[in-house]
Amino acid sequence: MSLKIKLQTGSVCVCVWVRCAGAGDQNLFTALYGSLTQQLPREPMEWRRSYGRAPKMIYLEANFVQFKEELLPKEGNKALLTFPFLHIYWTDCCDTEVYKASVKEDMQRWQAALRLHGSVDWLIAVVESDNKKKNKTNILPRTSIVDKIRNDFCNKQSDRCVSLCDPLKESSRSQESWSSFLTKLRTLLLMSFTRNLGRFEDDMRTLREKRTEPGWSFCDYFMVQEELAFVFEMLQQFEEALVQYDELDALFTQYVLNFGAGDGANWLGSFCQPVRSWNGLLLRRPIDMEKRDLIQRGEASLLDLRSYLFSRQCTLLIFLQRPWEVTARALELLHNCVQELRLLEVCFSPPHLWGIFQTCLGCFWATFGACFRHLLGHILTMFWAYFRQVWGVFGPCLGRVSGVPQSPYKKLKEALSSVEAFEKHYLELSHAAMEMYRAIGRLRSARLLGKSLAEFYMRKGDPQSAENFLLDSLKSYVSESWSLPLTHTRKQIAECQKQLQKMDEYLQTSALLASDTNLSEEERRHFCQEILTFASQTAEDARVALSMSSVTRLQELCFRPSSALVHVSAALLLELRLCSLMPVPVTLEHISASIHFTEEQPGSTAQKRAAQNPDGTVTFPAASPASASALELCEMLEHSPSDNTLSSAGLACRNMHLLMRRNDSATSLDTPNTALTALALEDGAQMLRASDVTLSPGNNSIVFTSQKPGVYTLRQLCATLGRVQLVLPHLYPVVQYEVYSQEPQLSIQPLTEHLLAGLPQQVKFTILTGHYSVKKGDALQLSNTDSMPVLHSSTRSARILSSSAELVAESALSIQSSEKVTSISLPVTPPYHTLEFLLDVLCHIPSCPARMESERLTNGQIIPQKQLWLQQSGCRVSVDCPWSIYSTLVSLTFHVPFKVKHSLLSVGRRKFIQVCLQNVSDTNFRLTNQTLTENQHTPSLELLSLNTTTHSQCVFSVWELRWSGVSPVSLHCEFSASFAPADAPDAALKPYRYHFTLERVSTLLSVCAEIRPAEGEQDCRTGALCRLEVSLTRLSEPSDSDEEYSDTDGLRTTRLLYEVIDNNSNWAVCGKSSGVVSMPVAAMATHKVHMEVMPLFAGHLPFPSIRLFKYLPHHASPVIPPDTDSCLENDSLSLDDQAETASLRSRGSVQSLGSGESAQPRGPMPKRQAFGPGQVFNGTQGQQVLVLPAADHHLMEVNVT
Amino acid sequence: EVLCCANYPLYIRSVPTQGELKFHYTVHTSLDVVEEKISGVGKALADQRELYLGLLYPTEDYKVYGYMTNSKVKFVIVVDSSNTSLRDNEIRSMFRKLHNSFTDVMCNPFYNPGDPIQSKAFDSIVSTMMVQAF
Repeated sequence: MSLKIKLQTGSVCVCVWVRCAGAGDQNLFTALYGSLTQQLPREPMEWRRSYGRAPKMIYLEANFVQFKEELLPKEGNKALLTFPFLHIYWTDCCDTEVYKASVKEDMQRWQAALRLHGSVDWLIAVVESDNKKKNKTNILPRTSIVDKIRNDFCNKQSDRCVSLCDPLKESSRSQESWSSFLTKLRTLLLMSFTRNLGRFEDDMRTLREKRTEPGWSFCDYFMVQEELAFVFEMLQQFEEALVQYDELDALFTQYVLNFGAGDGANWLGSFCQPVRSWNGLLLRRPIDMEKRDLIQRGEASLLDLRSYLFSRQCTLLIFLQRPWEVTARALELLHNCVQELRLLEVCFSPPHLWGIFQTCLGCFWATFGACFRHLLGHILTMFWAYFRQVWGVFGPCLGRVSGVPQSPYKKLKEALSSVEAFEKHYLELSHAAMEMYRAIGRLRSARLLGKSLAEFYMRKGDPQSAENFLLDSLKSYVSESWSLPLTHTRKQIAECQKQLQKMDEYLQTSALLASDTNLSEEERRHFCQEILTFASQTAEDARVALSMSSVTRLQELCFRPSSALVHVSAALLLELRLCSLMPVPVTLEHISASIHFTEEQPGSTAQKRAAQNPDGTVTFPAASPASASALELCEMLEHSPSDNTLSSAGLACRNMHLLMRRNDSATSLDTPNTALTALALEDGAQMLRASDVTLSPGNNSIVFTSQKPGVYTLRQLCATLGRVQLVLPHLYPVVQYEVYSQEPQLSIQPLTEHLLAGLPQQVKFTILTGHYSVKKGDALQLSNTDSMPVLHSSTRSARILSSSAELVAESALSIQSSEKVTSISLPVTPPYHTLEFLLDVLCHIPSCPARMESERLTNGQIIPQKQLWLQQSGCRVSVDCPWSIYSTLVSLTFHVPFKVKHSLLSVGRRKFIQVCLQNVSDTNFRLTNQTLTENQHTPSLELLSLNTTTHSQCVFSVWELRWSGVSPVSLHCEFSASFAPADAPDAALKPYRYHFTLERVSTLLSVCAEIRPAEGEQDCRTGALCRLEVSLTRLSEPSDSDEEYSDTDGLRTTRLLYEVIDNNSNWAVCGKSSGVVSMPVAAMATHKVHMEVMPLFAGHLPFPSIRLFKYLPHHASPVIPPDTDSCLENDSLSLDDQAETASLRSRGSVQSLGSGESAQPRGPMPKRQAFGPGQVFNGTQGQQVLVLPAADHHLMEVNVT
Repeated sequence: EVLCCANYPLYIRSVPTQGELKFHYTVHTSLDVVEEKISGVGKALADQRELYLGLLYPTEDYKVYGYMTNSKVKFVIVVDSSNTSLRDNEIRSMFRKLHNSFTDVMCNPFYNPGDPIQSKAFDSIVSTMMVQAF
């Protein structure tokens, strides 16, 4: 029986050596062999294992081999597969005699041989046959052959001897014995297998530990461990089989690494032989015996060993249903092999990559064919990419390799048959790999691959195809600003574009490369020269526009003057600071800045020039990706529209639209290639030009000037260089300047703060000539008005100032006056200059005051200084200017320097008129010659002056009014005085007139009062109630219009409201402080009112004020009398006073008035009306009463008023 | 052979210098894998604290390791495949050192985040690390 390794799934194949006694027994076994091999693996056995490994159910399979003593394995033979796990001795001897004669002896010899080889696993099978028993008569019934054998051989192991009953028969007894025999056989086999496997593993470990000893060979050890792997594989323990190979792999790798580190082992020598060929891997065969033999003989090369190991690992992985690992490991293997060959310093040349390549292909088809594509994903992609790379490396050698090794793969053979086919496959591979990278989201890898594909196309002379790949990868480097790859790719693009004759793009790329600092000076010069050469060519094609930002950097822009605001004829200098990135100086024919006229009002641009510094410079940010993405924050303050208070403050991001946009989809504006299309020059735009500019490397400055009027925004920069134009399409931040054209303007300003009427005043004429130049003979025509004559003065000169307020000239001014116009001839003045001169004017004081509003404001209130200018007189001057057909109206306001006030004073029936003339201006005046006349010249009237002559700033004059007969109803008076500035002579005195009218002059009522101490008291004392007696006396009958009458009982009466209030807090009015009385309309009618007051202080106290009003019932007066206002104001004033002081003092008054006041606006209430001045004579004014302090006061408080 | 970057490079340094371009390409491509790894890590919450991304991918010549800070700044170390003295642990500690130094750079008030790193201290740290490693 020959040895065979049978790989049946799920079973262990063990070797059983059979010894048969005699020829007959041999036949017996042959008869049993068939059913034995068939039935043994039918049932599984539980395999318990050492080292705590999990038990497994396995099927046992056996090879039965005839026993030959000389073939018994020697000590140290590690072949596990051919190892005799169990020895069976077969016999069908049933005759004791025969047994004793021959069989026993044979058995003993067999046993001895086994013992010699240390084999303890044996079994004796005795086959009993009924037929044989019947033939023999001398059978001992009690001691069978089996018992004898047991006695002789199995001392303690009675189970080592088994009897089989008629195995070839179909009886139940024979079946039973057969199955128990099989069970026993399985058990023993498994026992032996386990024991031997354990011993094998131990031996293997021992061998491994010896690896540092000299003479140890990896190949030998490899064979031993692989044996174990085979066993596990047979047991279908693929995982463990794989572990064995992985251990071998790791061990070998470690050795190679150690070798690389200088720790070489002898046995490695055989692996260091130069690689002659590597025929790749054949994964179709489970075991590559050819290579295995090489390893066994120690003749394998590194690649042989590696590929054998790998093929075994792959086989197991595929058994394990993990084909994706195959590709992963393949990639690792390939990288590893290349590394290791280097480490071992093995000579290694491209043709040897054949092997690697074939391995790739082999692996690929092995796995790809297995339809596991969806599981492979990333690994496969990377593998594929590597495959492509290898294929690419191989490409150039295609022609040189003679005798293409025979490849087992048809497709490969096909691919290698010609250059065309090869290239076709290469492209297919590349595109597939790129697609795969894209599919798994590795865009950068895909682009890198695309780039190398482009390199391939370039080599092939197909720049058309290469361009797109290059541009694609360029985009990704630009967007992530990887400068070195960017430069490299750009260089390739330049080459590609040059071949394609895409001049525009080529020049653009050259421009970028010329300014690329990653390149050497020489390369930069080359690219710069390319541009210059092209520029100097004369051709009729259109010009080529390049982005200026690629060769120069605009750093700063500077305006002179710094305000960037000039008038038309002035020079505006605009200095550009450009940093040239070119390696050599470049002479530009001209450089121009296109400007855009903005339809905006001058001045409104101020906010837009935020980027312009006060010193007139604008700094342009460097275009780096970091700064481009920086937040541009600005402060935001919001004021509420109503009261201008701050309602919110915050920060706003100005460039949010740039930051928030999606990064991937938006093409970067900075990339010159995309901007190229947008380089169109704005046609027809206005330009600033500078010619023959040389841009040397580094910083340059270029000066422009501008003169045309308008607000301009800088839009583009364009430099012309022969056929080439360098264009900067946008300027950011926005830069504006303004050249303005101004209309001539005339303004007339007072020289002093206020112009005073009545005195000659100086006014300043200012003419801004603007664009108008004042010619000889030009004159201002002032139309004369009566109220404001222009005064002539002999020497007047005009000053001419330049726009920067420097004095240019001074020239005399001549003024001619006719009846209607005053003509001022102007000196010759250039445009945008200022002409100034002074003129004296006089405004006559209007004789009648414009308004009478004096009385209300005299209540001791503090009136702001400006309000003292009671009278203002506006004068309008119409001026005809030479530059305009229209007249200019200039309005001047003159202030009357005096305040005049008149009042009517009464003493009983006697009347006095007081006029107060007060100087309210800052100028000192002399006031004199005051007179008062009555306009109507009524003969019965006489005005008696009671004045002395004064010259002070404030003149009070009093006249007594006397009349005979009927008292005058109204008086029209004219007050006149003379005034002059204090230092002026008498001749300069000018008259001042004041007209006023007095109404209701005569006294109607007289009020008398008396304060007496309480009855029984001698004096009035502080805190004691006193009696106040007010007597009202009618002095004359009123005229009809004056008072309201009511008839009661045939007696005509008027109703009067009286009111006692003490504003000085001297008195507390107790009880009712006001009341209404009916007053008969008859002369000398008297009415008395009594009330109680309490003095609060001691001393001579003035009387509380007693006021009298006309009392109008609510229905009576539909007309609101003109004095109601003042009346109410007085009330509110007194009310305020009372509210401020303690309410105790005049509570009654507060209450009554308060209620009256608050009720007033609500409905038709009774109203009160004041009497005209002089109609009531109050006798208590100036009257005082003596109040003594309270008797028991230790402290005397004396209040003298 | 060290670089830190956030898609656009902040700092690249390589010894020897002649293969610089190739390194740049390698590192740039490795960002693909870094991104892939982060998106994968994001799913497992437990792994989020781990900044070290491990071996990104091996090539014939180099091993590329990745690391990403919490602020998504990526560090990539490229090591020659033949350099076997560097184990995972060494790489990890190199990254940690790099990260510390990077943090120092960021703490500099004059450093504008996003600008290329020009710190001398950072330079010297990287140099020492390279001398030790290679």
